[in-house]
Amino acid sequence: MSKVTPSLLVRDDRTKRRNAAERRFRFYGLGAIGIAALALVVLLTTVVSSGVGAFRQTYVTLEIALPEDKLDKTGTRDPDLMARVTTFGYAPLLRAALIRQLAELGITTDLSDKHIGEMISKEAVATVRNHVLANPELVGTTLTIDVLTEGRVDGYFKGRVTMESAALDGNTSPEALEIAQRLADLGVIKTRFNWRFLTAPDASDQRPEAAGLGVAILGSLYMMLVVLVLALPLGVAASIYLEEFAPKNRLSDFIEVNISNLAAVPSIVFGILGLAIFINFGGLRQSSPLVGGLVLTLMTLPTIIISTRAALKSVPPSIRDAALGVGASKVQSVFHHVLPLAAPGILTGTIIGLAQALGETAPLLLIGMVAFVREYPAPYSETAGLFGEAATALPVQVFNWTQRADPGFAERASGAIITLLVFLAIMNIAAVLLRRRFERRW
Amino acid sequence: MWVFEFFISLPVVVIALATIGFWGAKVRATAASQGDVRTLAALPKAHATNAFLSVIVPVLVTVFVLYLIRSIAQKQGIETLSFPVLYWTVLGVAALGCIGAIRQSTRSFRARTASERWIKFLLLCASSVAVLTTVGIVLSMIFETANFFRDYDWVDFFFSAEWAPNFRGDSALGILPLLWGTLYISVIALLIAVPVGLFAAIYLSEYAGPRMRGFAKPMIEVLAGIPTIVYGLFALMTVGPLLRDHFAQPLGLGDSASSVMTAGLVMGIMLVPFVSSLSDDAINAVPQSMRDGSFGLGATHSETIRQVVIPAALPGIVGAILLAASRAIGETMIVVLGAGAAARMSLNPFEAMTTITVKIVSQLTGDTDFASPETLVAFALGLTLFVLTLGLNVVALVVVRKFREQYE
Repeated sequence: MSKVTPSLLVRDDRTKRRNAAERRFRFYGLGAIGIAALALVVLLTTVVSSGVGAFRQTYVTLEIALPEDKLDKTGTRDPDLMARVTTFGYAPLLRAALIRQLAELGITTDLSDKHIGEMISKEAVATVRNHVLANPELVGTTLTIDVLTEGRVDGYFKGRVTMESAALDGNTSPEALEIAQRLADLGVIKTRFNWRFLTAPDASDQRPEAAGLGVAILGSLYMMLVVLVLALPLGVAASIYLEEFAPKNRLSDFIEVNISNLAAVPSIVFGILGLAIFINFGGLRQSSPLVGGLVLTLMTLPTIIISTRAALKSVPPSIRDAALGVGASKVQSVFHHVLPLAAPGILTGTIIGLAQALGETAPLLLIGMVAFVREYPAPYSETAGLFGEAATALPVQVFNWTQRADPGFAERASGAIITLLVFLAIMNIAAVLLRRRFERRW
Repeated sequence: MWVFEFFISLPVVVIALATIGFWGAKVRATAASQGDVRTLAALPKAHATNAFLSVIVPVLVTVFVLYLIRSIAQKQGIETLSFPVLYWTVLGVAALGCIGAIRQSTRSFRARTASERWIKFLLLCASSVAVLTTVGIVLSMIFETANFFRDYDWVDFFFSAEWAPNFRGDSALGILPLLWGTLYISVIALLIAVPVGLFAAIYLSEYAGPRMRGFAKPMIEVLAGIPTIVYGLFALMTVGPLLRDHFAQPLGLGDSASSVMTAGLVMGIMLVPFVSSLSDDAINAVPQSMRDGSFGLGATHSETIRQVVIPAALPGIVGAILLAASRAIGETMIVVLGAGAAARMSLNPFEAMTTITVKIVSQLTGDTDFASPETLVAFALGLTLFVLTLGLNVVALVVVRKFREQYE
């Protein structure tokens, strides 16, 4: 015989057990939410903390003498002739400028001239050369210009490189960093906001300090345009058909099943489709934003169709009936009354679909968007056609940078992620605001 | 020049014809009305729209069909349709549509119905893009897979445990190690995502007040909105080194940062919102009267959930888990960055292994030669992946449809 409860005020063992189980269960639920919150916080903080450095860049102010006998032997100041002097002709000038400035500032060092020169980014030489070719009258004068420092010097001022890690690194040394620190104290080396990161094209393996997202942002923008122009009309038209006109038959069912299946097909399969159909069969150009946009359109279509159908469904039937009642045809009732009322919902769904497409990576890898592209793609060209010039995309650029050896690129990759997340946040907030502003409850 | 003619001059002429049709039909209809539009079966406006669409829609269809024929013929090495043929065919269709529509515009012609027939046809075409996409996916993979199996024995592909592609030929291309890696990572991901997602959904729908819900639900949705490349980078830069330094190396289980555990853990986080939002819907669909009945019999809240709500919502929850599994199998970026590239069949979760999706990416990026089995194997892998995920999705759909209790 089990013990009879003596009183309602005293809990017996069984009640205690049951109450404990209840508390445990609640705790599990709370713990699950805690895990999700923790994961989100850790994810965002690590990405932001490792990527925020990409938005700041270290520059050194050089006073470079530009001797005529080296840069313009003919003395004509003709940029075409001056272009014969390659970056190898300019590199010693930058090195000499830095060495002279060190001497003038009274900084002595045992570092060899070669290693002092290596504190300046390889990209800086090209910058100076382009600047001189654009302004030939500068030859013979002294040019004062801010140029990029080498990636590890840059990393030192952002805390990525320390004296200890520099001692183990063959590409830099604690002495070089000490010089950099003294130059920074004297204001010759400065760290400031890095606009170049958002505008400059990608850079080669050895110069992470010069790498930027310009081409990637442009490529993503082109693709979003293609997706918007194709997916919005197609998606809305398909939804209208399925929601308003489709007869209940095999064909409509088949289309519905197809759409719900497409929504669940792995994204990489769309990449295979793009490669086989658009590139190999259709003859479109590899790594072009057009192909990327087409593939992303097909991927986004189910999302847009699902949200558009929900928006159309939420318009009450009385609106349709009223339109039909005054003599409108079915098509007129839909296009003149239902569609405008559903527009905010459709717009919200489209923005969310675009945001999804913007972050998609895997299919773009297969259609060749991982290629190294330094030229800004033009929206139209004679040879490549509309959106046909090679480009990369934001998420693909992230992937690209994670594959490089120099640790400077890890910072760049995280910086690119921050840029991507900012774009996504803006789009999603816009969608939420639109929904709040225009949503109608019937 | 081809491009110019086709993309600039042809559209201009077609639109010009459509505009002529537009005005011609309108003028003819107005003339037929003899000053009183009420005598017409349709307004002149409708005649105009019908004529415009009679030009545009057939032209679009012709261009699409001819382009398709031309591409297919070119693949077979036949130059069937030269450019002038294409050009004049399209123009002929446009002119025919224009003249036909103007001639049709009489007093008794129901132009509104006719124009709406064109519109409905366009809408149908738009919705069949989804079908075309599926057909495209299946065809693109089946043809190349068939090419692959001509060069490579299918028995070796499906049942060989060795994956060693060699671009000089003589590769071993067995899918088993890739399948093993895929399933191992997916299982770890689900072991994390299912309990966390399910408990989060239960808490949010059963216990949480409106404030907690208003905060926690969007937070979980943010997890769903983060692109997978971000999770991949997180796996590569944070989780991988962390697991290596604090678990794998002290335990002597290996010293690779990319591992099954890394990818599985991060993928688990990614899948939490899928499981939770779909389970949330299923739990919310259980009618309140069932809970009240259980409370009335003296059950505690958790007993009600475990013995009444969950069983009632089970089909939905199982569907959610199956969908999550299908996503895990098809996920690419997290495994590319977190799991490694070594094809291996091992039980040690801290070892690098690889998946089907990773190998599709690695075989199809870079210099590819579409005649070699090393490249074509990617299509066979893709088809396998497609069939696997499709199967899971269909099963999920069937489970939800068949076992769902209809309350109320």
